[in-house]
Amino acid sequence: MSTKQLQDQVIQVRRDILRMVHKVNSGHPGGSLGCTEFLVSLYGKIMNHDTNFKMDGINEDLFFLSNGHISPVIYSVLARNGYFPVEELNTFRLINSRLQGHPTTHEGLEGIRIASGSLGQGMSVAIGAALTKKLNNDDSIVYSLHGDGELQEGQIWEAAMYAAGNKVDNYIATVDYNKKQIDGATDDVLPLGDLKQKFEAFGWEVLDIFKGNDIDAIIAGMAEAKAKTGNGKPVCVLLHTEMGNGVDFMMGTHAWHGKAPSDEQLESALNQNPSTLGDY
Amino acid sequence: MKKYIDQGKKDTRSGFGAGLTELGKTNEKVVALCADLIGSLKMDEFKKNHPERFFQIGIAEANMMGIAAGMTIGGKIPFTGTFANFSTGRVYDQIRQSIAYSDKNVKICASHAGLTLGEDGATHQILEDIGLMKMLPGMVVINPCDYNQTKAATLAIADYHGPVYLRFGRPKVANFTPENQEFKIGEAVHLTEGTDVTIVATGHLVWEALQAAEQLETEGISAEVINIHTIKPLDKNAIINSVKKTGCIVTAEEHNHLGGLGESISRILSQELPTPQEFVATNDTFGESGTPDQLMEKYGLNAVSIQKAAKKVITRK
Repeated sequence: MSTKQLQDQVIQVRRDILRMVHKVNSGHPGGSLGCTEFLVSLYGKIMNHDTNFKMDGINEDLFFLSNGHISPVIYSVLARNGYFPVEELNTFRLINSRLQGHPTTHEGLEGIRIASGSLGQGMSVAIGAALTKKLNNDDSIVYSLHGDGELQEGQIWEAAMYAAGNKVDNYIATVDYNKKQIDGATDDVLPLGDLKQKFEAFGWEVLDIFKGNDIDAIIAGMAEAKAKTGNGKPVCVLLHTEMGNGVDFMMGTHAWHGKAPSDEQLESALNQNPSTLGDY
Repeated sequence: MKKYIDQGKKDTRSGFGAGLTELGKTNEKVVALCADLIGSLKMDEFKKNHPERFFQIGIAEANMMGIAAGMTIGGKIPFTGTFANFSTGRVYDQIRQSIAYSDKNVKICASHAGLTLGEDGATHQILEDIGLMKMLPGMVVINPCDYNQTKAATLAIADYHGPVYLRFGRPKVANFTPENQEFKIGEAVHLTEGTDVTIVATGHLVWEALQAAEQLETEGISAEVINIHTIKPLDKNAIINSVKKTGCIVTAEEHNHLGGLGESISRILSQELPTPQEFVATNDTFGESGTPDQLMEKYGLNAVSIQKAAKKVITRK
């Protein structure tokens, strides 16, 4: 997709996120909006993937969402890329829906390969998938996304140690580095310290994408990350994002981590993001 | 009463190791993961024969469960190996979300289950694992009784698609079931025919149940012994058909009476055929250090306890 097409999709995905969360008055818009440019770029430009979904994902790049609470953005991006009908976004968090509050494989939703929501587990899963790719002589890349607050989970560091110690170099882990979590700033809840130094000390290649909500910066940064694969080290991307990006009153605060907008707030947010590809 | 001969004492974990070794040769999809307990889990042969398919994870069981889940994506059949305590309680949420809820084809293979782990004491002697694992939707729970059956179970679970918990133990115990037996998941094995009492046992307690039945026979009591190697899914019909004949039941397991085999059977009987039942199991307690035999005696998990329970339950008919 061209940058213009990606930008149009970003706007539409923002609208999807806001409308999904508003309809059921629950969900996590802040982190979803913060990662919209990344996931739109990943599925629209960066990954080699097949929308004719097969769980085994042989000979295609795989993505694992570890911070499952930002389900609105992955659902919208998967639907907008053709994994399942966009109309199904209407069922987000409703009873009998495949679009559960947190993603699951349980209902057979195309594009989801692991349940996530309980934090800290996705890096291990991604490493497992990357190991199987190596056994299968499959040169594709495995990607994952983690919240920065999620890195407080110990399992992440078990996985980080394993990936470096065992040269899992067909793997790019991305951290949504917005420096916020549900109770406030990560620095106030539990300081993460110097993440770059931490991952480097664990033996990873680390790079920053400082403009984590800029499509061109994301594409360039991820190309650089991809170029670092295959060299004996796992790759970590620190994606500096703005929680709630694209909606003025949701930016610069952790308040919208897990809160839905009111009718008036939705209207204001949608007015800031006029429809590009058509609402579901 | 049919008699069973101990072909020579062997540990069930070695049955697992032998099964895994065979799978290494016969099924290229099988991969093995271990959290720093290769020798204890008898995974040495597999590691030696197939280093490319063996993954030493280190002392990081949560990561091991997640990696195993991920390895299924692309078609591998991961067998994880560590002690039962670290295979269940320590990593319950990882199993719940990444394996059970995600319906991943992972085989969680757990050694040193129960009191018979012995001298290491209660920190390592999990008596709650059957309960933990049977409560997970979709999880198959298997607790074979001897070396031969553990080997057969190990082979069988590779051919079954879905998450499985395979529980076995540390000490050398009687090996009395046939070599190269066919293992059918979810199908109970009738060991003796009887008319006075049904004794349903799992794991190490199956041999004890047979010893108890022999003693009971000398006292004129006819016991029907059933080996429930698969606790979930439970062979409901085998149990109901037996108690229709005997009218009472003893359940025996190396596990807490809360959450174990006995409770699963109580549930079925209470719904379909209320029947007097006695439980041979630990009584909501942790274990302690000691030799396996000392511990099984102290906590009432041997043939003598099963005999007593059988006599008691018969009086309740």
